[in-house]
Amino acid sequence: MTADTPMVKAEDVRKSFGLVEVLRGIDLQVERGEVFCLIGPSGSGKSTFLRCINHLEKINGGRLSVDGELVGYRQKGDRLYELREKEVCAKRAEIGMVFQHFNLFPHKTALANVMEAPIQVKGENKADAADRGRRLLEQVGLGDKFDAYPRQLSGGQQQRVAIARALAMEPKLMLFDEPTSALDPELVGEVLDVMRGLARAGMTMVVVTHEMGFAREVGDAVVFMDGGVIIESGKPREMLTDPQHERTRSFLSKVL
Amino acid sequence: MADTRTAPGTGTVPLKAVPVRYPGRWVAAAVVLVLVAMLVSGLVTNDNYQWAVVREYFFSEPILRGLVLTLELTVIAMAIGIVLGVILAVMRLSPNPIVSGAAWTYVWFFRGTPVLVQLLVWFNLAALYPVISLGVPFGPSFVSGSANNFITPLAAAILGLGLNEAAYMAEIIRAGILSVDQGQTEAAQALGMNRLRTMRRIVLPQAMRVVVPPTGNETISMLKTTSLASVIALAELLYSAQIIYGRTFQTIPLLIVAVIWYLILTSVLSAGQFYVERYFARGAVRTLPPTPLQRLRRQFSRGGPGPHDTAALLASSKDTR
Ligand SMILES: Nc1ncnc2c1ncn2[C@@H]1O[C@H](COP(=O)(O)OP(=O)(O)OP(=O)(O)O)[C@@H](O)[C@H]1O
Ligand SMILES: [Mg+2]
Repeated sequence: MTADTPMVKAEDVRKSFGLVEVLRGIDLQVERGEVFCLIGPSGSGKSTFLRCINHLEKINGGRLSVDGELVGYRQKGDRLYELREKEVCAKRAEIGMVFQHFNLFPHKTALANVMEAPIQVKGENKADAADRGRRLLEQVGLGDKFDAYPRQLSGGQQQRVAIARALAMEPKLMLFDEPTSALDPELVGEVLDVMRGLARAGMTMVVVTHEMGFAREVGDAVVFMDGGVIIESGKPREMLTDPQHERTRSFLSKVL
Repeated sequence: MADTRTAPGTGTVPLKAVPVRYPGRWVAAAVVLVLVAMLVSGLVTNDNYQWAVVREYFFSEPILRGLVLTLELTVIAMAIGIVLGVILAVMRLSPNPIVSGAAWTYVWFFRGTPVLVQLLVWFNLAALYPVISLGVPFGPSFVSGSANNFITPLAAAILGLGLNEAAYMAEIIRAGILSVDQGQTEAAQALGMNRLRTMRRIVLPQAMRVVVPPTGNETISMLKTTSLASVIALAELLYSAQIIYGRTFQTIPLLIVAVIWYLILTSVLSAGQFYVERYFARGAVRTLPPTPLQRLRRQFSRGGPGPHDTAALLASSKDTR
């Protein structure tokens, strides 16, 4: 893909669960190397949209593409062909995802968590995967926790392992779904620090967050979602300090 | 044991702590001891037990051969049960209604009929299908032969016990799979792992923690259920004993031989279960429960857990089952 293809492009993306339409026409564009923040009240569809990007959810309408390629489908002429499981997996492997509740594999040590996907999905050999795993864990400040099981780690440490696990696949895009909202306040900083470092290194990131300080400082773009539509979007500094829309204003007054 | 402690604020004067006495416990213990003594004296003095005969046959060749067959049957039937059970459990959870329906029907049928009846049906399969052949469905067959040649008592027992066990294992494993948090599957899929690999590497190993204890019970239960194969004249432990007492009429001593061997085998299996459970608890608990050996060592190094030694009390209450 050319350098000016957006990393994520959504055009009128729609998603329903049964009769309830959760995403009602989302249009947005995430540029390469950008930190793109999604904010909005609970139930507004932020997680759902994020999960559509790596095809954990299927969209019901509109077009969604990552790095210039449709998510979950291939277009031939005027028809869309659903991708096979193998192809879907190959695309997911290029997108990292970090969850609110970490979702580390509890039966594996920190290092084994990080090594799992490179070995199983990419077929990397064990020694290389271990080398990379150790380097990544050191990078997120867990050089002394290789052999710890997730339950022996604090929330902040677990989330940093989860970030290292996603990075081990060398993704071109990272999705973060409220990565700090399950953490005690004093642990939020250590996770945000790691994310700041990633942003500085040029990683493209889509971040659902309630950390307005982080959005303002690190974010390149922010959108405010409510009821499955985008209410307002803009530069974090401008939008978060001077929102144009009434709903944005009332939401921000509650979280700030 | 520290019965004397220095209470805070009392300077250097040691105070003596008097533990509560429980006279009721002493009475209960005495009653139990008397009953046990009566039982033991009955066992020893009643000549009808014929302990000499028990001793004579305990290590006799037919009994030992029966013992080995019982063990083989248990292992093979459980292996079939577990492998088929995993397949059935995964089928039950399939989004394809025909696949999940087939698994449901299997469990319905095999759980719904007595295993003794199933054994008899397998044993008499030749009456139902005199010729068994292997080939293309509704097409030519490659191998065929009389069912009587395939369905030996051993084959009937393996099929009957194994296929029946699969129905129970399927439910146990399905419960285990459902106990694993949905977030685990999502995390694995987000990393690019496919359904099969996610199941094998992420979900099943975690399901094991829930699956292992009931599987241990199933194994112990299977060891005893193999005795049903005596009705189809398979010379496992019980039938071997029956053959002997059919000849010598020493019914009780030979049944005692069987009882003692069953107890020994189930005890060994229970011990094995503890270690297997401990293995699969990795990562699920912060610290693993101590093995009996570790507990023993700990008791000796500390001189026994004192009344205030909550850690040791917790540890010992956790694995007394
Ligand atoms: N699998 C599902 N089945 C049915 N409804 C769902 C499902 N997933 C999400 N929803 C509904 O979709 C709506 C949007 O959910 P979503 O999780 O995307 O919200 P969110 O913006 O991430 O909220 P939060 O800030 O609480 O995480 C909610 O009303 C939710 O109940
Ligand atoms: Mg959410």
